[in-house]
Amino acid sequence: MIQLSWASIRASKSYLIPGIILLVGLIVLAGLPSFGPKYSVIFLSTIFMYIVLTTGWVMFSGPTRQISLATAVFFGIGIYIAAILGKHMPLLVMVLIGGLASSVMALLVGSLTLRLKGVYFTIFTFGLLELIKNAINWYEVTFTGTRGRFVVVVDNNTIYLYMLAITVLTVLTAFLIRRSKYGLALQSIGEQEEAAAHIGINVTLMKVSIFAISAFFMGAAGAVMATRWTYIDPFMAFNMNYSFTPVLMAIFGGVGQLGGVVSGAIIFAYLEQILITKYPFYYMLVFGIVMVVSVLFLPNGLAGVVKNWRARTTGGRYVRT
Amino acid sequence: MFVLEGQGVTKYFGGLAAVSDVDFHVDQGEIVGLIGPNGAGKTTLFGLISAALVPNSGTIRFKGENITGLRPHQICKKGLARTFQSVKVFSDMPVINNVVLGVHFGTSERVKAAQAANEADRLLEFVGLSGRAMVPAKDLTLVNQKLLEVARALATKPEVLLLDEIMAGLNSTEITQAMELVSKIRAQGITIFMIEHVMKAIMSVCDRIMVLDHGKKIAEGTPQEIATSKMVVEVYLGE
Amino acid sequence: MLEVRDLNTHYGKVQALWDISLEVNEGEIVALVGSNGAGKTTLVNTISGLLKPSSGSVSFLDKRINSLPAHVIVELGISYVPQGGKVFPEMTVRENMEMGAYPIRAWKQKDATFEQVYRIFPRLKEREKQLARTLSGGEHQMLAIGRALMSKPMLCIFDEPSYGLAPLLVKEMFQTIQNLKEQGITIFLIEQNVRRSLEIADRAYVLENGRVCLQGDCVELLQSDHVRKAYMGL
Repeated sequence: MIQLSWASIRASKSYLIPGIILLVGLIVLAGLPSFGPKYSVIFLSTIFMYIVLTTGWVMFSGPTRQISLATAVFFGIGIYIAAILGKHMPLLVMVLIGGLASSVMALLVGSLTLRLKGVYFTIFTFGLLELIKNAINWYEVTFTGTRGRFVVVVDNNTIYLYMLAITVLTVLTAFLIRRSKYGLALQSIGEQEEAAAHIGINVTLMKVSIFAISAFFMGAAGAVMATRWTYIDPFMAFNMNYSFTPVLMAIFGGVGQLGGVVSGAIIFAYLEQILITKYPFYYMLVFGIVMVVSVLFLPNGLAGVVKNWRARTTGGRYVRT
Repeated sequence: MFVLEGQGVTKYFGGLAAVSDVDFHVDQGEIVGLIGPNGAGKTTLFGLISAALVPNSGTIRFKGENITGLRPHQICKKGLARTFQSVKVFSDMPVINNVVLGVHFGTSERVKAAQAANEADRLLEFVGLSGRAMVPAKDLTLVNQKLLEVARALATKPEVLLLDEIMAGLNSTEITQAMELVSKIRAQGITIFMIEHVMKAIMSVCDRIMVLDHGKKIAEGTPQEIATSKMVVEVYLGE
Repeated sequence: MLEVRDLNTHYGKVQALWDISLEVNEGEIVALVGSNGAGKTTLVNTISGLLKPSSGSVSFLDKRINSLPAHVIVELGISYVPQGGKVFPEMTVRENMEMGAYPIRAWKQKDATFEQVYRIFPRLKEREKQLARTLSGGEHQMLAIGRALMSKPMLCIFDEPSYGLAPLLVKEMFQTIQNLKEQGITIFLIEQNVRRSLEIADRAYVLENGRVCLQGDCVELLQSDHVRKAYMGL
């Protein structure tokens, strides 16, 4: 799979059909507020949120193999930006600032901690979540006297369209990066960091950059979703579920393939929405079982299953050469 | 001015001096061999030159510029590349992408994707891996993985190439081929500093040889001088 | 002592070994030579239980071992020194070697064996308390061999023991292998260094593309045109 340039992607026939399907799909999705059932817009916004968080997580943790649990931090920063600034400026500006603020936090955190290896990095990111949550809580209790804030209200259709746009941008960015030399470089960093550094790759810069880019989308999504909740507090905004669930979705879908990641997010999110309404007390249990089963039997996630099926039908594997 | 030189280079690990007050120099266009018993500090010295490690004291100069304290990717861009004793290819990607990465990031030039692929193809042919461009690197034999590392290093357009035991595990025929490759590389104008245990190769290909033992330089000279040095025979060669 | 009959091994769909038959008798040094990619490591991995063959059998002391897990095979008296000398990086040199003495019969003779191994590899004694990962490449190899010797094996399988060793050590290594033979250890030696292997071994098998293409007495093989041309560059 030699890297394809943008030009050759456009020219290549094999991208034509999926491209058209995607385009049609997008048009349908965009038109949904006008002719679709009311609930679908709300339902899909949540699914979009999960796609953004999951794809964002994979953007960094996929190639570098450093498991980040900071997703909720970046998401939460976006939420808080919405709460603080939402009333004072247009929605678009607020969303952009939400994304930028998260990026800045990622840059800070990244430059301090990306040298941490393996588990230590993961634990640090989780600790960061707790730190920020409690710091903001303390601030609010001490200085503003109340806990939590009201968020500007935005109608569901607008929320939906913003989330659609952010989702498309996130997935597109992930796709383009993966296909570019930067995506290849990130993969090499995850495989042999020392060798990557020795062929001219600025490992720290790359890692921090992709960390910040992924955080931007998470923050933007947070800023938009906050307007749906209308009232938020530190514990709602910095909820560890938003750190763990994207990881589960990505593993379930198959971290190696972007299509797998997105599918994993969609299926999981859909499952969650359905299970929450039917079995509000048991849905976490079902989730857990699904996770255990998929880790045991689908080590490469759904994408792995598809890949194996394809390999079996087209045959051939490499010999030691 | 030597293209690569070091003065008083020292590196401690805990209380142990892995490299102790070593002076060395490599002239443009030379092939210099670095030999010594296992554990003498050879790979550590390479690590100090390539900035994988930071020396405790001493300076290292590349093309007259003090490079002590720079980071590996910066040193690579300045024109110094290396291979690794324990082969570090990017296993899950195709052979050609290993080299493409070197082309894209090894210099400060911007290269287009198609151009990079062509350059990578050319390098794979240069080292003798033409047919294997799309094979995942992990599926290559050890020998071919070593060749891949060389191709990847060459992709960064180095002026000085550090080779770390590329001949280990090769049979006679392969050693001869590797020696030819080293000569070909030098013919391109690249200076070579190589660690080796395969005496046949070192003696015939190197202009000069440096000997390390317990972190110190104990001898330096032409292959003939080294082969006949009593000390070197006692400590390293054995016959 | 060790008997391999009609062995076939696959990696997934790809066949790596075809109908391999060979034997190692007690007290012998048998060498297996061949190019990289010929299948030497695959064969050794199958014998030591790390890979399961698709057909054929491996027997040790007339007992079938190809379906046994690797650690049981070690208990039976086969010791395997992997290519590249895989050591436990976070343990000290001494601890690594103690791990080698894990089988019960070896544990009891631990101290005496330590003496023996340190005599062969004095550098290991020098670095006794160091973490294995701080050792150089060649020292890893030494340590792996030392560790294998600690298990007091009846059959010792060496996979490329001279890899990355300084010339002086290569000489000592092959000397060590001969010493081991004198102590009654049977040796199966897989090596790239064809000349030296054939010099110390009694018999040898030549592996090419997953098949045994030549076998026999080492003196004869050293004279063989094919061997001299293909493997010794003569």
